[in-house]
Amino acid sequence: MAAPKKNGQQTVWFQNPPVILATATIVGPKEGQGPLAHTFDKVVGDNYYGEQTWEKAERRMLMEVMQTAVQRAGLTPQSFDCMLAGDLLNQIISANFVARDLGIPFLGLYGACSTMYESMAVGAMLIDGGFADYVLVGSSSHYATAERQYRYPTEQGVQRPLHNTWTVTGAAAMVLARQGQGPRVTHATIGKVLDLGQGDPMDMPAAMAPAAADTIARHLLDTGRHPEYYDLFVTGDLGVYGRELAVKLLQQKGYDIANRYTDCGAIIFSPEQDTHAGGSGCACVAVVTCGHLLQEMKAGRLKRFFGVATGALLSPTTTQQGETIPAIAHGVVIEA
Amino acid sequence: MTQNIDSLPAEMQKKQYEQMVKEVKPRPPVIRNIFWAFVVGGLISVIGQIFFNIFQNWGLGRLEAGAAMSSTLVFLAALFTGLGLYDEIAKVGGAGTIVPITGFANSMVAPAMEYRAEGLVLGVGARLFTVAGPVLVFGIVTAWIIGLLYYFFR
Repeated sequence: MAAPKKNGQQTVWFQNPPVILATATIVGPKEGQGPLAHTFDKVVGDNYYGEQTWEKAERRMLMEVMQTAVQRAGLTPQSFDCMLAGDLLNQIISANFVARDLGIPFLGLYGACSTMYESMAVGAMLIDGGFADYVLVGSSSHYATAERQYRYPTEQGVQRPLHNTWTVTGAAAMVLARQGQGPRVTHATIGKVLDLGQGDPMDMPAAMAPAAADTIARHLLDTGRHPEYYDLFVTGDLGVYGRELAVKLLQQKGYDIANRYTDCGAIIFSPEQDTHAGGSGCACVAVVTCGHLLQEMKAGRLKRFFGVATGALLSPTTTQQGETIPAIAHGVVIEA
Repeated sequence: MTQNIDSLPAEMQKKQYEQMVKEVKPRPPVIRNIFWAFVVGGLISVIGQIFFNIFQNWGLGRLEAGAAMSSTLVFLAALFTGLGLYDEIAKVGGAGTIVPITGFANSMVAPAMEYRAEGLVLGVGARLFTVAGPVLVFGIVTAWIIGLLYYFFR
C-alpha cells in the first residue's frame, strides 16, 4: 500500500497542516542597508556582533533568533519536542552549539543553503506524523565564516566574478506547532540531488538552478497543480542569473512561471551594493521567508506560495579534487 | 532548445545546460578590468619608483635602495590590508594589485589576520602561507631549474 500522506513521487501533504506560530530574524550590516532592511527584526551593527570570532558571532545570532521565536510563541524551550537546525560551517557547529545551550532534543540537518526548508519540511512531518506538538527550526550563515571556509581570507585582495553571489550574514528561526493561529505548511516536496556538470565554486547558482527547476516541476506534477494555483514561486539563493536559468529550464519542462517567480538572493541586496549576482547562504532564504514573505502574507498580499530552497552540496576538498557540484532543492507550500 | 531536457541522456543534458549557462552568465568586463589593472598596477610601480628615487637621494646604493623600496611597499600593503582597504583597491585593480610585491604582502597578512582566532601556532603560524605558499614553492623550484640550466649551458 502506498504511504497515505504521499502525493506522487516526491511530495508529501499534511492532513493537519502545521502552523507557523512565530518567527524571528536577524541580519548583518550589509543586509541592513538592503531593500528588505525594514522586514528584519534586528540589524547588527558589525560582523563581529561583540564577539571575539565570526563563528561566535554567527552562533550568537542563531541563538538570539531561536530565543526570540520561542518567546514570541509564548513558550519556553522546555515545551519543544524537537529542534531542527543546521548551517554551512563544518560539522554544523553553529546549530550544534546553540542546541547545547537551548537543551531541546535536537536533530542537526545539513542541506547547505537549503537547510531552513529541509528543517521546515522535516518539522512539519514530525508534527503531522504525531511525533511532536512544537518544533523549533532555524538556520544561519555569515559572510566571513563561509568565505574563509569555502574561499579566501576576507582581506585577501581578489576580484569577484560578476556571476558570484554574496553570502548573507544573518539567522532566522521559526516555531512550528500542531495547533494555533498563523500561516500553515500544507505540502513539502523533497528534492533529489542533481548534478549537470557545473564545477565552478564561484558560480553556485549555475549548479543549483537545475535542482530548483526539477523540484518545482516535480511538485506541480505530483500535486497536479497549475503554476497559476500559486501567487508566487520563490527560490532561495539563485540570484539574478540563476533565476534566469531556472526560468529557462522550467520552460523546457513545459512550465512558464516567469511572471510569478522571485528569488530571495535577487531581492535581498540592491544592485548598488555591489554583490554582483545577489545573496546566498543558509540565512538568505531563511531571513527572507521569515521576514518579507510571511509579512506579505500577514498583510494579505500573498495567499499561497511555493518556496524552494536550493543548496550546493560541495566542499573545498571536492572542488580541489576536481569534482563537479551536486545540488539539491527542497520545496514547501505555505498558505495563509 | 525546445526539447525537454529530462528526456536526454546525461551527457547531452550536461552539454545543453553548459550552453545555456554560457548564454545567461554575464561576461567579465575584460577591457575595463585590463584598463584598471594597468592603472592600479602602474600606480603601485610609480609609488615604488618614487620611494626608490628618495632612497637613492638619501645616499643608498642601487641594491640597497631597491631593498628599502621593496620593504616599504610590503609594509604599506600590510598596513592597507590591516586597515581593510587593500581588498577594496583589489576589487577595482584586479591583477594590478596581485602581481606587484604588494599583492604578495597582502596574501600573507590576510590569512595571518584571518586565522589569529585559531591561535598563534596552529592558526597564524600554520596558515600564514596558505595563499603565498604555492607562489614560493614554484618560484623557488623555477629558480633551481633556471640555475641548473645556467650552470650547464652558459
